[in-house]
Amino acid sequence: MRVSPRTTEKLAFGAIWTSGAIAVLVLLFLIGYVVVRGAPEISPEFLFTPPRGGLGGEGGISSCIVSTLWIVVVTMLLLTPLGLGAAIYMAEYAPENRLIGFIRYSVELLAGVPSIVFGLFGYAVFVTVMSLHFSILSGALTLVCLLLPFLTRTAEEALRAVPRAQREAALALGATKWQVVTRVVVPAAMPGIITGVILCIGRTVSESAPLFVTMGGSSGMPDGIMSPGRTLAVHVFYLAMETNALEKALATGAVLVVLILVTNLLTNWISTRLQARMMGAR
Amino acid sequence: MMSRYAIDRWSSRVVLAFGVTSFVVLVVIAAFIFRESLPALQEVGLFRILFGTDWYPSNDKFGILTMVVGSIVVTIVSLGIAVPLSLGAAVLLAEVAPPRVRALVRPAVELLVGIPSVVFGLVGMVALAPLIADISGKGSGSSVLAASIVLAVMVLPTITSISEDAIRALPRTYKEGALALGATHWQTIWRVLVPAARRGIMAGAILGTGRAIGETMAMVMVIGNSPIFPTGLFSTARTLTGNIAVEIAAAVGIHQSVLYVTGLVLFVLVMIINSASLLAYKRRAD
Repeated sequence: MRVSPRTTEKLAFGAIWTSGAIAVLVLLFLIGYVVVRGAPEISPEFLFTPPRGGLGGEGGISSCIVSTLWIVVVTMLLLTPLGLGAAIYMAEYAPENRLIGFIRYSVELLAGVPSIVFGLFGYAVFVTVMSLHFSILSGALTLVCLLLPFLTRTAEEALRAVPRAQREAALALGATKWQVVTRVVVPAAMPGIITGVILCIGRTVSESAPLFVTMGGSSGMPDGIMSPGRTLAVHVFYLAMETNALEKALATGAVLVVLILVTNLLTNWISTRLQARMMGAR
Repeated sequence: MMSRYAIDRWSSRVVLAFGVTSFVVLVVIAAFIFRESLPALQEVGLFRILFGTDWYPSNDKFGILTMVVGSIVVTIVSLGIAVPLSLGAAVLLAEVAPPRVRALVRPAVELLVGIPSVVFGLVGMVALAPLIADISGKGSGSSVLAASIVLAVMVLPTITSISEDAIRALPRTYKEGALALGATHWQTIWRVLVPAARRGIMAGAILGTGRAIGETMAMVMVIGNSPIFPTGLFSTARTLTGNIAVEIAAAVGIHQSVLYVTGLVLFVLVMIINSASLLAYKRRAD
């Protein structure tokens, strides 16, 4: 039997709509499931008491929230200047030659290395050789290595998007190259840079494997960057694998999902807002 | 106080140092993973690690072939699920859906990228595994199938957005030419646009493969972690990444070193896969 092109088209479009629907439904199911099943567990007590450990997974998540905050702050303090500096070099200073091309290519490859391999590296270098032991600092340094290529690339793209004319105008007024970069190009690229930073915060919050290997996983309240800790994502893993408190795991997961949703909304809001303001100023 | 010219001179050196940090990190990572692997490579030997089928660290048996196979099988099955779905979603977003639908679906798909992998693993454990246990009638449902489905959902957004971009990047004339010759919209998509965008679609699929091989915690949560050859979709297995995560904290001596060899194998595997992806992209640009 021969099927007419029109019928084929109808069937094919049906399949295409179905696959799109599946993608969206899976997302809705995932978020809905975690939030609906996790929400009943979430209470002030859950948020403000530390986990008590044990097979029942008693207690809350306060120390994990604090650990997550620590790791985000320390990681971003180290990562942001490094990533921005690297992006400035790549966008404004780097000559277009083979060596730079090779470095660029290797950094692209670095971005694809599995995060657990970064964990192994962090374990060998920061935890063992540098004697930072299982600590928030070890975890943060590992994440800096993991996220550096990503932040560099995002910031570089933002810098490159600044029109040439703005640089030339500043240079013509007698500014040095560094003045042009810091006072003209970086401010103009700020929306893109901030978006990249927030995306990195999101990845820090959701990353688990390298932190599982470098932070020690202690559920106690951290009292500084040298103390071990357990982020929310790692806590979900512990609860799911080592206790039978699945409801607590889902509640922690719900807190994580909400955090990620907020980060995402923030990214969108900032990029559209700042973009609009920049356009208005022109 | 330094003059602005002196600042300018110094600043260019400082940013140069920053610029090469990523590269230095890459080199140091490779060097350290290799250094830590050396004891195992010397005492056990790469061949016996890579092709050994028994993993009993307490009896000095360090074969990781079961895990290599586990990682590859899960990756292939998950891509088998994710690639057709992603391609469908990409065509929908690029060609078929009205702009309003696209404005809703695209952010939703992109949101999936940001969800922590432990959340995927958790939902896989709590919602998917029991379902699979009912169907197969054995165990907890932790299986190659559960792992592959979870993984498919995780790589779906990557492949979808890269494929959509590839289809959108095609010159309008391709589409107009085909339509002018009397092809239906679907014929245009299937015989002209998708083939023309195949390099970009390939690049997306390869990038998805890299992410799939590297996924760790979600796999540990739903695959059962037994170091055996998977015998079917309902069988348990263990991935290379999961092996590292599960054992590194308790491992010492040669056992620890073998885990670094596992990391080295992953590193090389992903380097090869990503080079392929970058090459596919590059040739598309030429």
